[in-house]
Amino acid sequence: MKRRNFLTLTVLAASLAFAGAARAADTIKVGVLHSLSGTMAISETVLKDVALMAFEEINAAGGVMGKKIEPVVVDPASNWPLFAEKARQLLTQDKVAAVFGCWTSVSRKSVLPVFEELNGLLYYPVQYEGEELSKNVFYTGAAPNQQAIPAVEYLMSKDGGEAKRWFLLGTDYVYPRTTNKILRAFLKSKGVDDKDIEEIYTPFGHSDYQTIVGNIKKFSAGGKTAVVSTINGDSNVPFYKELGNQGLKATDVPVVAFSVGEEELRGVDTKPLVGHLAAWNYFMSMKNPTNDAFKKKWAAYTKAKGLSSASKPLTNDPMEATYIGIHMWKQAVEKAKTTDVDKVIVAMAGQTFKAPSGFVAKMDEKNHHLHKPVLIGEIKADGQFSVVWKTAGPIRANPWSPFIAGNESKKDEPVMAGK
Amino acid sequence: MKTFRSWLWLLFIAPMSAWALDAELLKGLASDENDVKIATIGKLSDAGDVAAIPALQALFDGALFLTSQGKLVIVAGDAAVDAVNATAIDPVPSDLVSIDINNRVRRELNAALAALKLSAPERAVRLASAKQLQADADAGSLLGIERVLATEQDAEVKEILVLAKAQINLKNADPKVRFGAVKELAATSNPNVKTLLAAMFVKKPDGSFVEPDSAVRLAAIDLLNDIQGRLARLELASHAFNGLSLGSVLLLAALGLAITFGLMGIINMAHGELLMIGAYATFVVQTIFRQHFPASFDWYLAAAVPVAFLATAMVGMALERGVIRLLYGRPLETLLCTWGISLILIQVVRATFGAQNVEVSNPSWMSGGVNFSSGLTLPYNRIVIICFAVVVVALVWFLLNKTRLGLFVRAVTQNRTMADCVGVPTGKIDMWTFGLGSGIAGLGGVALSQIGNVGPELGQSYIVDSFMVVVLGGVGQLAGTVIAAIGLGEVNKFLEPYAGAVMAKILVLVFIILFIQKRPQGLFALKGRSAEALA
Repeated sequence: MKRRNFLTLTVLAASLAFAGAARAADTIKVGVLHSLSGTMAISETVLKDVALMAFEEINAAGGVMGKKIEPVVVDPASNWPLFAEKARQLLTQDKVAAVFGCWTSVSRKSVLPVFEELNGLLYYPVQYEGEELSKNVFYTGAAPNQQAIPAVEYLMSKDGGEAKRWFLLGTDYVYPRTTNKILRAFLKSKGVDDKDIEEIYTPFGHSDYQTIVGNIKKFSAGGKTAVVSTINGDSNVPFYKELGNQGLKATDVPVVAFSVGEEELRGVDTKPLVGHLAAWNYFMSMKNPTNDAFKKKWAAYTKAKGLSSASKPLTNDPMEATYIGIHMWKQAVEKAKTTDVDKVIVAMAGQTFKAPSGFVAKMDEKNHHLHKPVLIGEIKADGQFSVVWKTAGPIRANPWSPFIAGNESKKDEPVMAGK
Repeated sequence: MKTFRSWLWLLFIAPMSAWALDAELLKGLASDENDVKIATIGKLSDAGDVAAIPALQALFDGALFLTSQGKLVIVAGDAAVDAVNATAIDPVPSDLVSIDINNRVRRELNAALAALKLSAPERAVRLASAKQLQADADAGSLLGIERVLATEQDAEVKEILVLAKAQINLKNADPKVRFGAVKELAATSNPNVKTLLAAMFVKKPDGSFVEPDSAVRLAAIDLLNDIQGRLARLELASHAFNGLSLGSVLLLAALGLAITFGLMGIINMAHGELLMIGAYATFVVQTIFRQHFPASFDWYLAAAVPVAFLATAMVGMALERGVIRLLYGRPLETLLCTWGISLILIQVVRATFGAQNVEVSNPSWMSGGVNFSSGLTLPYNRIVIICFAVVVVALVWFLLNKTRLGLFVRAVTQNRTMADCVGVPTGKIDMWTFGLGSGIAGLGGVALSQIGNVGPELGQSYIVDSFMVVVLGGVGQLAGTVIAAIGLGEVNKFLEPYAGAVMAKILVLVFIILFIQKRPQGLFALKGRSAEALA
């Protein structure tokens, strides 16, 4: 009896697997690896949605090489080891051609060995600290020289308020720590003393910013101060609420954030926050036809899917980076005429795409990073950003920051195994 | 309608700006160059012409626009006026381009507006702008301040302006003026003054002080010490307030548990989820208000308090009747069972409301804070939560000590068998008590929704803190819970500036472990026979 049961099951499983394989022949599976719950859900959920929108758009236009894209969405729940497990599942079980995902650097560091071991392909859409260059990853967000360094330079300039003292505030993990290490070295090279730099970290999900905002006030009495915030996830909401409530105005102490965009400010009363800054490579408020079309598409998509954001559809930088990444992957697959990872990687070099920022984003021929424009925006009363400074055009990413010792000798392209 | 509107303009706006501004000068406000904008603002401010206020204010508020003909227009709602001569423009031009400003321009605008508004007829406006001027006094404002000082009648405004002037005069070339300025600032505790004074004692490369006059230096060092003392006291006060605020949050989170775990002895691992349900009840009430009563949206919290209480009390009573009742006297099973329930509740909320955080906004009367001239700010939402905690504790105390239900609750928790013998319906009392504890947790949830994020995992981050407070305070003692919560809040906040947020929390946990080792019964222990039964 038992044996017969087992037999039936095996047959059933085999036939199912066969059916799956047959179906897979006319679709291409891709993975979406973003936290849909936990502390990072505030930022990552929309990235999943915009990815699905992009797939739908590509499918409606005939798919990739005539095949439809079949997304596999998993929820790693802001749990870093779970990211690695889910990545392994996507690559071995679902056999996806590419994965679009991750926000925090700690999640990327967690999945990196999996992608390298199984020779997968990851598109990472968020600004990060650099210090990494993997053959298996394409970084469509900003490297430090495309975000952090220009933002600090701006705050040192006359228009930025000529800040002399620096309060570096971040969530306690690899991205803020590394970024602040780079910034500290950069500030020192500009003649800022150690006593004029304060570095403070809080755990993920921290929600009591009373003392820290009080400390910022105290620190700022010692001279013109700027705050550089690398707080990630939903801690930003209590932080900005506290800033507003304690009346720390941007005209006195500007706060520049690297992980706060339109989406994170949803639900925060932005009137007391007018003038605080964010540095990105895209803002929703940018005026150009590509962005108008992008915003319209997103608004229609949220409405059609009945997403909770439909009443106030917002776009932001990592969404744009996700969108660029997906389209570039499609172009590369079509150029390579296969989804084979090694061939797609070769085809990715030099890909261009007309991005919603209005600029043509280009994948560098060598270093797996995008050439992107740098923009600095100030928060407006309606939660949007007005651009107060921007580069003339896209600039090349520099993943190995010259402000970290030992980087001079590192090669600006991934080191291939066996070479 | 049209004529009515123009009449309005004639009545209110026109008299304010009976003379037109220099149109050419005003155009500088729309320049792409921030330097030109700032120069224009400076010129308008120096001219002291109050007619410039509407245009400058509009620029600050983002309501100043440029038409394609190069005309500056102020737009308010669905009406527009010419920025130069305040004549109404009807209809509102469609080709408007907004004029963007940045922090640097905003700073200059602040100063210019403050200087111009010093001559406003309303005392409150003058007072506010005087305070603004004092906060960021620089040499540019001196002219305006001196002009107003000559005519200002109000003592308070005058006093602030004198301080502002003295602050600017600390950098005057004449040592006598500087000396006078230091003397005038004797009573201030403005941190900016401290910075200015400290700068006097910086040594130049040749070994001399920045402040060459020794008499001024002598007076300055006295003042500096005074201010530092005052600021240190203020800092202590602000730590104490922060501690009290954190303590009241802990108290609201733990008070329900003090009843269910403290009095009834149920290890309720689902307590955090009851907090979470209270917070979600607030969210639901907020959504209903937003859709159906947008006019009274600011008062949704008043409705959320009873709703959250009833909702969580109901969940709690169902829990008690359905599960916990069957497990009395088996703490291990209770622990496992309630933990399972907490997971179920999290998933139910996740399935209903989604895994993402939901947005619970502060009513407008809870944003902002009370400002003190020395830079200390007490945010309204923290003050409200402290008051709310006081009210809830008072209510619970009253319920337990002054009502018949409270009498029964105490009787049952102290000696169940005896209470049963004299006819107390112990089963029902258990249900009501657990319901009360859960309802209080719901109230805690309302408070938490105002300061943190509301998501399905909200309870997880408070469950440890809640048990910590109850155990430290002494199981079975409300007073102990109150003191433990406030104490933990204060210790945490006094440690945080020195040790950092993470280290402070670790130190507090270490302290509690050591304390419980020494005194397992907590701060306050029950006396008598029932104590052994509970332990």
